[in-house]
Amino acid sequence: MSDHQTTHGTESNYGQFHRRVLESRGGLFAVVTTIAILIGGLVEIVPMYTAGAGPETGDWVTPYTPLEVAGRDIYIREGCYLCHSQWVRPMRAEILRYGEWSRAPEYQYDRPFLLGSRRMGPDLHRLAQKYPDAWHYEHMRDPRSTSPGSVMPAYPWLMRATISARDVQASVLALRRAGVPYTQVEVGGVENSIAGQGEEIVRSLAGAGIETRADTEIVALIAYMQRLGREGKAHLSTQGGGEE
Amino acid sequence: MARVEQVLTPSPDYDDDIVRLFFWATVIWGLVGMLVGVIIALQISWWPANLGLPWTTFGRLRPLHTNAVVFAFAGNVCFTGIYYSMQRLLKVRMHSDLLSRLHFWGWQAIIVAAAVTLVLGMTQSKEYAELIWPIDIAIAVVWVIFAVNFFGTIAIRKVKHLYVAIWFYMSFVITIPVLHIVNSLVVPATLFRSYPVFAGLTDGLVQWWYAHNAVGFFLTTPFLGLMYYFLPRAAERPVYSYRLSIIHFWALVFLYIWAGPHHLLYSALPEWAQTLGVVFSIMLLAPSWGGMLNGLLTLRGAWHRLRTDPVLKFMVVAVSFYGMATFEGPMMSIRAVNGLAHFTNWVIGHVHSGALGWVGMMTFGTLYWLAPRLWNRELAYPKMATQHFWLATIGIVLYTISMWVAGLMEGLQWRAVNEAGQLAHPMFMDIVHRLMPYYWMRFLGGVLYLAGMGMFLFNLIATARGPAPRTTVRAAAAAPAA
Repeated sequence: MSDHQTTHGTESNYGQFHRRVLESRGGLFAVVTTIAILIGGLVEIVPMYTAGAGPETGDWVTPYTPLEVAGRDIYIREGCYLCHSQWVRPMRAEILRYGEWSRAPEYQYDRPFLLGSRRMGPDLHRLAQKYPDAWHYEHMRDPRSTSPGSVMPAYPWLMRATISARDVQASVLALRRAGVPYTQVEVGGVENSIAGQGEEIVRSLAGAGIETRADTEIVALIAYMQRLGREGKAHLSTQGGGEE
Repeated sequence: MARVEQVLTPSPDYDDDIVRLFFWATVIWGLVGMLVGVIIALQISWWPANLGLPWTTFGRLRPLHTNAVVFAFAGNVCFTGIYYSMQRLLKVRMHSDLLSRLHFWGWQAIIVAAAVTLVLGMTQSKEYAELIWPIDIAIAVVWVIFAVNFFGTIAIRKVKHLYVAIWFYMSFVITIPVLHIVNSLVVPATLFRSYPVFAGLTDGLVQWWYAHNAVGFFLTTPFLGLMYYFLPRAAERPVYSYRLSIIHFWALVFLYIWAGPHHLLYSALPEWAQTLGVVFSIMLLAPSWGGMLNGLLTLRGAWHRLRTDPVLKFMVVAVSFYGMATFEGPMMSIRAVNGLAHFTNWVIGHVHSGALGWVGMMTFGTLYWLAPRLWNRELAYPKMATQHFWLATIGIVLYTISMWVAGLMEGLQWRAVNEAGQLAHPMFMDIVHRLMPYYWMRFLGGVLYLAGMGMFLFNLIATARGPAPRTTVRAAAAAPAA
């Protein structure tokens, strides 16, 4: 059987046109295909950069601190976003379970976005201050000690591994280059900033009888956990929430 | 027309070595990718299977699973089918043997690099675009090599008109680099870490534009190309309708690209973008079913051969799952349905009816058809191929049914509110525990599918190393295979 014989059904006018004009010209076929696949993406993505049509921004949200950036990188490394969303939908049951639904400005400094696509575990977008620092420490060390019956893996290496200020500085600098409004001073002060915020968490953990160091990965991750949705909660409570 | 001279042209010296290389890569990576899938399914049912090591936790293995099955298993079978069928459809050897080899080894090196970096936790976190920026650059380079070889072959073709399979391959070759490059635009911080140039919901939109169309142009259009070449060959019937193939090709490639925002329904992404995503997703049903019908109706007059030919069994079930998944997808994009289905196991079931059903079964059918022709041997164990078919089918049914039930259950229990206006199931963990029987059922389905994959590899090795060369390809193709 000749390969080409397999194509034949009815010949129509546009079939003949298609055959004559496109099927015999590989280059033209490629150009038309390229145009066909570009339109949808352009129409949807380009307006995101225009004032009226793009996602709303707000001055009540600030960029992540250097320690939170480090914590967020750990969250990404361990694939937390594969089981936990950061996206409370505007639905009655979700607001009851998690809190205020997620607003556009809350994501404005998220690079990459971490909305998630699956809830093997609960949503985390309103996690800030829901639990004390020590709860998070124990939960990462052994999830079943704080959440009986949990299916989450344990992350004991976070208590041993450390972050390096230079590494975090490289991240903050790259984020600045990408467009996050960190000042030159903030980039230069990454080491102090990390140590300062880390020490607070170390003290809070010490209050619960947990000895740790300020440069451990768990401290950075806790900083990030306690940040999730904090500004949103504060802002929306003064706004009365609910409608927008 | 150009048909007579095609028959008279002596068969050129096709490069089938490259086809055999991609063929084995498909089967081996498929086995690896599915094994990892079964392991992560077990981890959900039984957490100690995370083993307490950083590189074996669910969060690191899940991207390994998705990347292995999409880019290694499905990618390599697309290349297998494209290199085999293009040469025959265009009656010419591939443009450059060197580019073919660079494509093959470059792609396999990328897969190895992906496997190593992902378990080490080096990831950009975007689903199916997790690989770090140096690997992203390598992917773009290898793709350019492939594209030059692809269009170079079209340029030197001995057949005037491009057959419909080539149109679908072309949409794959063109669209994948567009999606890949845009979604991978980052500012590097170190060799292993980077941050996207897009922020927040815009980053999410770009990602789902990419990921939805990775499904569209990596797991759909090249496989439709395989369907248009290998199904008529296996059935020995011409494609049902030439007209339908024109309409559904152009409609599919134009409409698919808009559907991404249906992954962000009920988010704070601007409403107009969400609505476009819904509308275009629903419209996608038409060209998708156009393709399914064109495939199934190609079998008119050949249905009796389904009883005996395992190749056709696989292909018919593949096309049927394509139809089912492309009905389910638009339905899940409707806001009300999405509100229930999103974040649940239903989505996992939907993806796997496409991946195990459409992509997997189409792969098995294609490679079972190819093996006797690539080695000039009879298929070593035709009965085992039929057993593989049943094992895989039962595996998919267990998988999809368990995930439907689990998805609906958790979706309904998350949202249930009692008469006092409080959550009916306030403890998230209680709902997780009710899913366990279904997680085990899914695990079993995955094990059956993986077992079939093992039989597949065994049968293909036995065929390639078999002692008896077949008399002629043509005569054997006409005889019932079982």
